[in-house]
Amino acid sequence: MTKLAQWLWALVLLGSAWAALTMGALGLELPSPCREVLWPLPAYLLVSAGCYALGTVGYRVATFHDCEDAARELQSQIQEARADLTRRGLRF
Amino acid sequence: NFSGINYEIIIIDDGSPDGTKDVAEQLEKIYGPDKILLKPREKKLGLGTAYIHGMEHATGNYIVIMDADLSHHPKFIPEFIRKQKEGNFDIVSGTRYKGNGGVYGWDLKRKLISRGANFITQVLLRPGVSDLTGSFRLYRKEVLQKLIEKCISKGYVFQMEMIVRARQMDYTIGEVPISFVDRVYGESKLGGNEIVSFLKGLLTLFATT
Repeated sequence: MTKLAQWLWALVLLGSAWAALTMGALGLELPSPCREVLWPLPAYLLVSAGCYALGTVGYRVATFHDCEDAARELQSQIQEARADLTRRGLRF
Repeated sequence: NFSGINYEIIIIDDGSPDGTKDVAEQLEKIYGPDKILLKPREKKLGLGTAYIHGMEHATGNYIVIMDADLSHHPKFIPEFIRKQKEGNFDIVSGTRYKGNGGVYGWDLKRKLISRGANFITQVLLRPGVSDLTGSFRLYRKEVLQKLIEKCISKGYVFQMEMIVRARQMDYTIGEVPISFVDRVYGESKLGGNEIVSFLKGLLTLFATT
């Protein structure tokens, strides 16, 4: 099953469960407080997911490791390599 | 040479205008063709075919793919090898996002795009690998051959597709943190075009794998 198919399946399953419960189909009458929470749940989850995404990406950008040492080391190694290669006869 | 690892280097040059071919030819003379092999091509033909071209002449059992502009540092190769032995992995992937992996030379915008794209990729593809667009990897030779046969995308998406297909085929993948030093030579630009084709490629993989 492709990832897309998995997502569609999950949406259909959860969506139909939510619709059935909020509209009282299948003869199920949920107590009022339950329905009041259930009805806006998809919207609430969507907003939460959005916040989680922003928060996670923001955190990861902020903690993105800057390799200053690696850059410095590389520059000095480039000098070393150029000197060595010139000695061996390389013409740049 | 100190590491005692048996190696050869194969350079694929697609007519780079910056003199790469000349330097590579000289290096081949200096170190000998059993150590350095230059396999040039007429024009820019794409990554997948470059890998195939290189493999035709490779005599080893494992292949390390890396960029030649010093953004990928060879000092990580022994770590790749060690990791591969540790878990007998089919693939070892360098990651900029985990452990003490990282980058140098990226501004805030570039980091944001990188992390954002990686996040979307993780959510949609759940690849089990932290850096999907990286191109510093060690492959078992047979594994690389099989994967290339199956992959059809280009550019960044090609690197992603390799990992996704590898997962599908139940290959094992290990990770090693690497530092990616960008813009040592030349400009590093990430334009709107690349972003669009990345998203298109991502959605294609999402819908077909």
